[in-house]
Amino acid sequence: MTNLRASSHFPVGAPADSAHRFHAGNGSELPEVPPLPVMRVDNLNVYYNDFHAVYDVNLAFGRHEITAMIGPSGCGKSTVLRCLNRMNDLVPGARVEGEVTYHDQDIYAAKVDPIAVRQHIGMVFQKPNPFPKSIYDNIAYGPRVTGMKVESMDDLVEESLRSAALWDEVKDKLKQSAFGLSGGQQQRLCIARTIATKPDVILMDEPCSSLDPIATSKIEDLMQQLRSDYTIIIVTHNMQQAARVSDRTAFFTARPDETTGNRTGLLVEFDRTTVIFENPTDPRTNDYITGRFG
Amino acid sequence: MNITATTAANVTASTLATGKRKDRNTSSLIFMGALWFSMFFGVAVLAALILDTALSGAGRFDSQLLFDYESTVRKEETGFRAGILGTIWLMLATALLAIPVGIATAVHLEEFADRTAWYSKVIEVNLQNLAAVPSIIYGMLAAAIMGLLGFTYKGIVLGGAIALGLLILPVIIIATREALRAVPQDIRQGSLALGATTWQTTWRQTLPSAIPGIATGTILGLSRAVGEAAPLLMLGVATVRFDPTSVLDKVTALPLQIYSLASAPQEALQEAASAAIILLLALIIGMNAVAIFIRNKFQRSW
Repeated sequence: MTNLRASSHFPVGAPADSAHRFHAGNGSELPEVPPLPVMRVDNLNVYYNDFHAVYDVNLAFGRHEITAMIGPSGCGKSTVLRCLNRMNDLVPGARVEGEVTYHDQDIYAAKVDPIAVRQHIGMVFQKPNPFPKSIYDNIAYGPRVTGMKVESMDDLVEESLRSAALWDEVKDKLKQSAFGLSGGQQQRLCIARTIATKPDVILMDEPCSSLDPIATSKIEDLMQQLRSDYTIIIVTHNMQQAARVSDRTAFFTARPDETTGNRTGLLVEFDRTTVIFENPTDPRTNDYITGRFG
Repeated sequence: MNITATTAANVTASTLATGKRKDRNTSSLIFMGALWFSMFFGVAVLAALILDTALSGAGRFDSQLLFDYESTVRKEETGFRAGILGTIWLMLATALLAIPVGIATAVHLEEFADRTAWYSKVIEVNLQNLAAVPSIIYGMLAAAIMGLLGFTYKGIVLGGAIALGLLILPVIIIATREALRAVPQDIRQGSLALGATTWQTTWRQTLPSAIPGIATGTILGLSRAVGEAAPLLMLGVATVRFDPTSVLDKVTALPLQIYSLASAPQEALQEAASAAIILLLALIIGMNAVAIFIRNKFQRSW
């Protein structure tokens, strides 16, 4: 199955700009561990009331790298992602043990304001969720609510939309409702909206799962463009997508509890994407990658 | 091969054309008849009632009905001016009291309160029950409040508004909560993920999206209050013969005036009361129509 990466080079409806799409070597020259991680997760355990959802995860996210988290449903990858900007706080009964650090600061420390965390670590959701406002107001919303000092909101909106490769498609209808856009455009709008608040890290929770292949490839291209300015962490169900876009991949799986049958997610293997897809150490990773399981 | 195919086709054709319809058998028809009768009964009684009232009030659909004061001397010209104006005053004051409190309560319960806490559950159960409390109880409560506030005569606009406001508060709260719940969680999460506070998210995203639902619920609540007489009777609201000019003025309301005239011995007054009943009905239907219009016009599919 070493061929999977090669076969995944087949671009789905996108220009085969492989030099751009596939970042210099995409992993082979990457150091084995991220040298200066932007974020680290140490011995992370997540509980929902009594239910142990995620067991002892350790990860490090390199600066300007794209890290993918893959695994079968219920393996805790989305839960881990949502712990990275404290969106999990919003789930009733959620409890986190262990450490999540952002530039060596524990984001779960008592003095840390989750609102401030989310201003640095933005998030794009599974289903495009534009606000019921105009395209312009969707972008301007983040800077307005966070009280960002903006010289010209018009410029910021344009810049954000350009960064999200959406400007040319919407520049004539900025005052129109965001609901008039297609699903793929809405998702790029959500990315633009996140960029507008100038975050450091962008979390993406299965951002393409509700999109068609063409829209998906646009988002993937966009991720490659954004990597020079942002650190991206993406959860995906789509193994080919992880192989195409990411530098490093974390493979999670779920282990059922012997007595209750509740499935606890755990990290199986975390390595450079090339290693995970071509030469995984753990047999469970290999089974998943080759499609024998999950 | 050919023969088999033909035979199979014939078999299918003969079994399908049974000439009967299984959902038109006897028991289905009896049940259907029962459903029709029930529906017809309810509608027919209501229609007969309205028609009878309209016919007995037919002679009094004139401008004096709207613009003249009540008069037992010139019975044929008696009007409901005081009641109509009183009802308008009462509705405005009720809306001012009940809408802000009701919306604020609902926002707190939906967006801020810890739903697992025992006091939230107590409030929850109480709200459901309050909506079913007989309206006269609210009249007693308002009388007590007015007493505490030091008013000796309680049949004023403020007293009526307190009673009616308490009466429709549960309706507004429940409708607002429904409207807030209908706003997808995605919108709240999208806003929070951009670094907005819960307060900003509620104020700038959730509440504006919920306004059509809130407006609909509020109008339906007010249209219930328009027809209420019992809580006002409890407050001692009597028929008066002047226009209220402040919330501390004595007041009467359309349903109360109808109540007093319908039980009068003079036929002319009863006729006027019938006409006023139709007027009140039209008012309530109008308010409900506005509510339905708002709901349909601003309904959003997410």
